[in-house]
Amino acid sequence: MYDFDVEMPTSVAEAVAALSQEDAQALGGGQTLIPTLKQRLASPSVLVSLNGIAEMKGVCIGEDGQLCVGGATSHAVVAKDAAAHFAGLAELASHIGDPAVRNRGTIGGSLANNDPSACYPAAALGSGATIVTNARSIAADDFFQGMFTTALDEGEIITEVRFPIPQAANYQKFLQPASRFALVGVFVAKFADGVRVAVTGASNDGVFRWTEAETALGSDFSAGAVDGLTVSGDDMISDLHGTGAYRAHLVGVMTKRAVAAAG
Amino acid sequence: MAQVSMTVNGKAASGDVEGRTLLSSFLRDTLELTGTHVGCDTSQCGACVVHVNGEAVKACTMLAAEAAGAEVTTIEAMANADGSLSTIQQAFQDHHGLQCGFCTPGMVMSAAALLKDNPTPTETEIREYLEGNICRCTGYHNIVKAIMAASGQDVSSIAAE
Ligand SMILES: Cc1cc2nc3c(=O)[nH]c(=O)nc-3n(C[C@H](O)[C@H](O)[C@H](O)COP(=O)(O)OP(=O)(O)OC[C@H]3O[C@@H](n4cnc5c(N)ncnc54)[C@H](O)[C@@H]3O)c2cc1C
Ligand code: FES
Ligand code: FES
Repeated sequence: MYDFDVEMPTSVAEAVAALSQEDAQALGGGQTLIPTLKQRLASPSVLVSLNGIAEMKGVCIGEDGQLCVGGATSHAVVAKDAAAHFAGLAELASHIGDPAVRNRGTIGGSLANNDPSACYPAAALGSGATIVTNARSIAADDFFQGMFTTALDEGEIITEVRFPIPQAANYQKFLQPASRFALVGVFVAKFADGVRVAVTGASNDGVFRWTEAETALGSDFSAGAVDGLTVSGDDMISDLHGTGAYRAHLVGVMTKRAVAAAG
Repeated sequence: MAQVSMTVNGKAASGDVEGRTLLSSFLRDTLELTGTHVGCDTSQCGACVVHVNGEAVKACTMLAAEAAGAEVTTIEAMANADGSLSTIQQAFQDHHGLQCGFCTPGMVMSAAALLKDNPTPTETEIREYLEGNICRCTGYHNIVKAIMAASGQDVSSIAAE
């Protein structure tokens, strides 16, 4: 790693001010960023840790009935504290990486990173969440802009994520056991006004909504409703773990499993 | 360089660190607590697991500066006060839960974190909890068995030693 300074602000305002310095970068749980720095793929001069900011931590139910998760909340806390309100989200968080990764990694870091195989982007897009930053609110549909790319501006931090709570939801992750990320993961959420299906791990463009399946499931929320629907493997990730065609097939299988498990 | 202070194994510890100094380096190189092993240095293997404020974390993927003011516990504090092995450590010995021993500090620290939250885990729960702890020698079987035994459960139905 190249050397850098570390700052530990205790409020969002202080963090935003610290991030306005040249070559400053936010540090969430460090579970992605520290390995990246070790590979010298980034060389910030200042890391601004978001871990000491109490107002960015924890899970609550907002006045509008939505589940709010602070941007610096660890996966372990979401797994525990969201369980009673939004079991599908808590389940997803409880299967990210391993226990030590879940104790440090944060929802804000995961969404900001937008790894094409990460789990949280599927939950955010699949439940139509709102990503709240120090500057504005961004709908999940506008937030994810392709592999490792988001709508965030330089120095902008995710302070909170607000999830509408679905009537039923489930995430199915086909594990890539070496990385412990998703080879393919599908998040399905059923709301009073329709169904959302978000797919991670498959597309070269990162997380996406499978709209054909959403329409079919909107009129018949059963695994059978997805029968006969296919996605093209042409633009899908092809690597030593699986071809694009294999991933495209898994999208259908994981969607059916998620619908069956959501009930 | 900046001064960082924390509590390590119940004692005040401080030292000068760079921003980039990892908690694993601070423990091993500054405090000379070399029980915390560094296997991969890429947050994959779990050999470096320590407890920070009671939670299992990979010390190779946390900055020393971030542990300022924290309570850190390493494998060096796991034995009983009289120097005898703790229940978990003794179970690893009794059930052959280690061969080369490189992964063992991380395994013991993960096991301790698991048993704190879940005093009588099932075999499946133990295997899931150890997902981030890699062992190249044992095939895991006897590690799982040792943790079952340490939690006071009958391990006679778990076959091979
Ligand atoms: C062994 C291992 C297994 C893993 N398995 C999975 C898995 O199965 N599924 C999965 O989804 N992920 C997995 N991860 C990734 C993990 O979830 C990370 O925690 C996550 O991707 C990044 O979150 P972080 O808080 O650690 O962010 P960091 O690593 O600290 O930061 C990542 C990026 O986000 C930026 N950032 C951090 N916080 C914010 C914020 N609040 N606002 C704006 N920008 C911010 C940083 O500047 C950096 O660019 C795994 C990681 C490891 C090491
Ligand atoms: S050395 Fe930290 S996880 Fe391998
Ligand atoms: S005993 Fe050798 S790596 Fe586990």
